[in-house]
Amino acid sequence: MREVIDWHFDPASGCPFWLEFAQKSGWDPRREIRTFTDLKRFGEFQDEWLRGGPVQRWIPKGLAGEPVFVFETGGTTGVPKTRVACDDFRIDYELFSTTLPDEYFPKGSNWLMLGPSGPRRLRLAVEHLAQYRGGICFCVDLDPRWVIKLIKKGWSEHLQAYKDHVIDQAVTILRAGHDIRCMFTTPKLLEALAVRLESMGTTIRQAGITGIFSGGTEFTPQWNRFAHEELLDGAYMTPTYGNTLMGLAASAPSGPHNQYKIAYYAPQPRAVIEVVEFDDQNRLVDYGQTGRVKLTTLTKEFFMPGFLERDEGEREPACDRFAWDGISGVRPYRGFASTTTVGVY
Amino acid sequence: MLHLPVLRWGQPYESLDIDQVVHFATGEPIAKVSRANGGLIQRDARKAPRARAVLREFSIDDLITRVGNAGDFYMNATLPMGDRTQTPDEFVRAQSASTGLPERLARANMQKNAFVLTEMRNILASLTRGLSFDILSRGHGEERGVPLSYQVQSPVVGLVLPSNSPGVHTLWLPIIPLQVGLVLKPGPQEPWTPFRMTEAFFQAGIPREAVSIYPGEGDVGAAVLENCGRTMIFGGTPTVDRYRGNPKVQAHGPGFSKIVIGDDQVDRWERHLDVMVDSVFANSGRGCINASGIWASRHTRDIAEAIARRFAAVRPLPPEHADASLAAFTVPGVADAISTSIDADLQTPGVTDVTSKHRDNEPRLVKQGRADYLLPTVVHCDSPEAAIARKEYMFPFVTVVECPEAKMIDAIGPTLVCSAITCNTELRRKLLDAVNIDRLNLGPVRTTQLNWLQPHEGNLIDFLFRARAFQTAEL
Repeated sequence: MREVIDWHFDPASGCPFWLEFAQKSGWDPRREIRTFTDLKRFGEFQDEWLRGGPVQRWIPKGLAGEPVFVFETGGTTGVPKTRVACDDFRIDYELFSTTLPDEYFPKGSNWLMLGPSGPRRLRLAVEHLAQYRGGICFCVDLDPRWVIKLIKKGWSEHLQAYKDHVIDQAVTILRAGHDIRCMFTTPKLLEALAVRLESMGTTIRQAGITGIFSGGTEFTPQWNRFAHEELLDGAYMTPTYGNTLMGLAASAPSGPHNQYKIAYYAPQPRAVIEVVEFDDQNRLVDYGQTGRVKLTTLTKEFFMPGFLERDEGEREPACDRFAWDGISGVRPYRGFASTTTVGVY
Repeated sequence: MLHLPVLRWGQPYESLDIDQVVHFATGEPIAKVSRANGGLIQRDARKAPRARAVLREFSIDDLITRVGNAGDFYMNATLPMGDRTQTPDEFVRAQSASTGLPERLARANMQKNAFVLTEMRNILASLTRGLSFDILSRGHGEERGVPLSYQVQSPVVGLVLPSNSPGVHTLWLPIIPLQVGLVLKPGPQEPWTPFRMTEAFFQAGIPREAVSIYPGEGDVGAAVLENCGRTMIFGGTPTVDRYRGNPKVQAHGPGFSKIVIGDDQVDRWERHLDVMVDSVFANSGRGCINASGIWASRHTRDIAEAIARRFAAVRPLPPEHADASLAAFTVPGVADAISTSIDADLQTPGVTDVTSKHRDNEPRLVKQGRADYLLPTVVHCDSPEAAIARKEYMFPFVTVVECPEAKMIDAIGPTLVCSAITCNTELRRKLLDAVNIDRLNLGPVRTTQLNWLQPHEGNLIDFLFRARAFQTAEL
């Protein structure tokens, strides 16, 4: 963490946003931030800081000249939040790759990315994951902002038609002889694909898929169980929690043994998830208690301390696979839940 | 604690997601309810044709007899309720406890449901205009020398049901005898009627595969709409507007029902005071058929004062009290919002709350523990232009609106039930022609008085079946 702080607040390597922040605030994070707890000094990371330009103010001077990607999150209405990246998405997904069992995600096998495309990190990240594991990634076009507009407008027939259009593309690719074994998809699209394949007399497993990673706040224990019992036909599925700002949190094994409970663990030390009191973001809730998700991202490309995510959940202790806190029961934050439209992811 | 499962074509399914139904006043949990997920419905929809197929193994005549028997079970039997059983009295107490409806009104709604089941043969004969049931079963036939064909438009009907008005269940009761299956999404606070009625059906020999019940949240309602060829949904004006013109969806919302008094009768308005009071007050004013407006060209202040005096003594009583007549608002903030909205409208010139002075200016909003009540409210409007003249709320609320008779029919706007007290032939003719009026009563008929042999917000037969051409030739 100290290395990341030094990098972002060194005038030679930091980005204009944080250097200006330090100058205005009158204290030097390089001297005063010694521990993770000290990051509280930054206060709450403001959502609005990521909206609008110039996006260059987020590019660390130490990465000058590197090819830069910009990824967006949100943006159904208004200006989306943006995050710059050079290699972070690749590093995050390479780390995630180590959590995937080769038995179900065979090295060298091809992938289908059945999820949001366009200006999203996920699209490139999944493609990189496939390539990193020696495969090739097939993709479909999917614009989640249009999906959310269709839902808000109540254009249910258009929504169904768009979903059918996306599933048509997926089925075409799966039947085209590309030997696709692995897939990223969202819960809603997984349901739609499974039902479509079933109507064709086949299943996800019989279509060749052996391993799926998926994610979204609809990923409740009940949905996890439903998918395992009725959709997957024996294919392996691992839930994930993540976004453009944080990266990807893998999950501890779940199944009948733990009532399909899903606990996510952030890719520390690159990103940290804390579950904090609703009315005091500096106080962790006790294990098993409910709180709001607070994200901290600590990479050389992006520093984001204390971002309050639009989700809530229960704090989980470390487990065999992960030696740090996790979170379960992730769902839309109650303060925003009534205004959140969950579309396809 | 009692647990209500998801019912997937008659088979119980215990979800890992559990919701609690709580007592409206104490917050004490009454039952656990398994919450479905949308994917269950999408997947189960593949078996929807089976629901109709098992019902077609019985004739419509036979099914009518069976649902008649189900009415008896519903009223009198101890029936399975989730993982336990429930007597009729326990059912009434449970429904009252979760919805805030007085037990007296819960019993009245029970009677109404049972009546519809008992009278099913006559109701279907009326809705089909005397069509032989065999033609609906077979899909074609001949009557009076005319070939007829009716094609069912969906093997099942979806119902996205409300929590706050148990009276609406009468609308879906004729569906099973028409050999069409049911996909029910109960209101979160009123799972009782769908589960009890379904068990009554099963006891009467209706095949379990004909009915599914999916308790849940918004995604479940959306999945029902998405996966059923025909769906009835209950909601507010935005819901009705959203599905207007969609042949797959019959949306039921506010009724904006009214009593209009012609100039020929208005000087004798006192004769009709009981009709007006009952139309506003019955069933705690919760129904779409309760009058939310009384329109006349003169004496409107006197009418408003007279109704307000009748309402002045009404207060919340414990739900089990024999005289309890007001239902509680169980969703936090709703009663406050309604009361605030009324107060805002009262700032309009010419708009007056007539009730408050008869209650010694006691506030309209009464808070009792977790429950809120709104005391009956009568508002007088000098003119039909006032915005509040077109509002409806889920408690005994009425505007008494002064409006010239000549403008009345256009000015009342969309009206589910219109009781017109007039002998004026010309006005009656215009009322008969008015397309903004659904159910029309000519004479002093309570707006809440339904003739069950008549269609309600569209004929169910037209919603479920399509009349079409059909010919055969010998081979």
